[in-house]
Amino acid sequence: MKVTKHAQQFSIRMTTLSSAMALAAPMAMAAPQTLELWRHETGNIAEIEVSKAAVERFNRSQERWRVEMSMIPEGSYTETVTSAAVAGDLPCLLYIDQPVAPNFAWAGFLQPLDGLVDQAALDGLIDTAKGTYDGRIYSAGQYEVALSLLSRRSVLEEHDIRIATLDEPWSKAEFLDALETLKASGDFLYPLDLQAGWSGEWYSYAFGPWLSSFGGDQIDRSNYLYAEGVLNGEEAVAWGDFFQSLFEEGYVDRNPSDDRGFVQGRVAVNYGFLEPSAYPDEWGDDLVVMPVPDFGHGSVIGGGSWHTGITTACQSPEGAAEFIEFQLQPEEIAAMSEGAGMIPASEAGAALTEHYREGGQWRFFYDYSEARAQLRPETPAYPIISSVFERAARDIRDGGDVQAALDEAVDAIERNIADNHGYGMDE
Amino acid sequence: MTANKRLKTLGWYLVLAGLGYLFLFPLLFMIVSSFKPESAIFTDLYSLRAILPVGELTLDNYQGVFDKSRIGHYFLNSLLITGGTVVMGLFVNSLLAFSLSRLEWRGQKLILSAVIALMIIPLEAVVVPMLLLVSQLPSLGWEEGRLVLEGSWMNTRHVQMLPFVANAFFIFLFYQFFRDIPKDFDEAAKLDGASPFQIYRHIIVPMSGPVFATVAILHFMVMWNQYLWPIMAVQSEAARPVMPGIQIFFGRETKWGEIFAYASFITLPVLVVFMIFQKRFVRSLAGAGIKG
Repeated sequence: MKVTKHAQQFSIRMTTLSSAMALAAPMAMAAPQTLELWRHETGNIAEIEVSKAAVERFNRSQERWRVEMSMIPEGSYTETVTSAAVAGDLPCLLYIDQPVAPNFAWAGFLQPLDGLVDQAALDGLIDTAKGTYDGRIYSAGQYEVALSLLSRRSVLEEHDIRIATLDEPWSKAEFLDALETLKASGDFLYPLDLQAGWSGEWYSYAFGPWLSSFGGDQIDRSNYLYAEGVLNGEEAVAWGDFFQSLFEEGYVDRNPSDDRGFVQGRVAVNYGFLEPSAYPDEWGDDLVVMPVPDFGHGSVIGGGSWHTGITTACQSPEGAAEFIEFQLQPEEIAAMSEGAGMIPASEAGAALTEHYREGGQWRFFYDYSEARAQLRPETPAYPIISSVFERAARDIRDGGDVQAALDEAVDAIERNIADNHGYGMDE
Repeated sequence: MTANKRLKTLGWYLVLAGLGYLFLFPLLFMIVSSFKPESAIFTDLYSLRAILPVGELTLDNYQGVFDKSRIGHYFLNSLLITGGTVVMGLFVNSLLAFSLSRLEWRGQKLILSAVIALMIIPLEAVVVPMLLLVSQLPSLGWEEGRLVLEGSWMNTRHVQMLPFVANAFFIFLFYQFFRDIPKDFDEAAKLDGASPFQIYRHIIVPMSGPVFATVAILHFMVMWNQYLWPIMAVQSEAARPVMPGIQIFFGRETKWGEIFAYASFITLPVLVVFMIFQKRFVRSLAGAGIKG
């Protein structure tokens, strides 16, 4: 066969090209695959820096995956993520507020973590650090936050009021006595701040647990289909009457103009988050952190903070699972806690921290969270439950008929669940 | 001036001063609070001090804003998005209004009715279909020396501009103004051989300064204050404008001083634009344009 000069040259070029491609192939294969991660941007520089550092550590720890994190403002996070889901534009990994996780799972936006993420890593977490729906885990978090009653030792002692402890929280009667004493002293126009002016999910997060402590609930958790009897039963009405009385007796301001009453000494007891940077230095050990009262069925607080989940849009769930496992290592959980101050989500992580280990200054919060935190209803209906509960609680706060407000809330919740065919829940 | 008249004038001034205070109070409170430490904002809340720059003043809130957010980047994005949309909007909306008010063509009344009908449809009613639409539209990209279609419109600056260029209300404003300009000008120009676009460019536009200023201000305000659409269509920081950026500061520990600083900083351009165009704006609103 006659081979022309051109054909020879072509052959040489092709051989060279093939060799080059063969050499380049392993290099191309070695290039890490990008996993996009969306995180809520909180305005807490320390928290964001810790998150960024963790992503850097993960990227350095292996060569197969590269996580790229984008920040979305916390205040509009859920709206942005929901819109992206509708538009089919979700990333691989997603930070998600725990109560929203069941709704996202039901809508088909999240993949279950069982079978993807090492079970031992999930087992090591406290219950509220796992977001479940229909018996499967869809999200897992590194940290927890806790609401508590904050006051000042000097104020309580001056008025001869016992400082509540985890083992012995205030009873309902003791709580009311304390408020009456503080009000009668004339030192405080409103002795208690419940952040009644906050809106959104606050009412459900803050007062849903109080309702549980009275023996009621926002929904029947045995099947998440009905609210009748639990949200408008005898116990729930007792909660409503009590909640309303706090405002009618003048213990709590219905419409506070700000949430700085406690910090400025205008309020004696504050129901909220610990904000170490907000308190005057001279307070020091005078600040006391107490559990919420036991209204009959134990002292209960809301649980569940921000978690990480893997979306159904993720093309590399094994890489995403690797990142979540990395985040759930005790060292990483401890790093988040040390850097941002949050409660670590595992005992192993807590043991590595200065403040939350046994005997640590803030150990109270870890034990408190583990013992008293109750997840908000783990159902796709939670967003509607939360907004309906807020409306009912505001009506009650403003002097509305308690039974009527709760009956209306039950109707609205059950109607929504029926309209959505039970959100996939069985009787 | 009689004593009675003087008293009446004084009364009016007092009423106007009261109204002025009512409208200025939020703005003054925001700006003054942005220079106060967190504790002072709420201590001063119940007195006149709330709107006075008294006590300890600090730039810490502004420092916090710059440390915690990429406000400079968001600001630039907003300027580009708002500026681009307003410029394109002035051209597109005025051109359609010119066509509706000065030319004669088939279906003109139908289109005018459609424009008027569109004014009552709020963005919220069409925002989800709009989102689905833009998520399917490809962007033009440049790859290896040639134009390619890639990705979608999501997370871009142009997704925040193009859907808002044409605006029924602004078309109607232009239409109202153009309609009142005597048609004799057009006839004379036509006799001189001017094309419709030349009439628009050399006769109508120069005579319509006030309405252009009004639309520019209104469109600027609409675009600068865009919130719903950017939080839905933009997730990346690279294309984020200023309004959604403020949500960074609403977290577990809300720092009001920083929120006021952020709000003051982003309100400034709106005030500047208004001050530049205010004379023409007032003239247009007062109907001082040419009457037919």
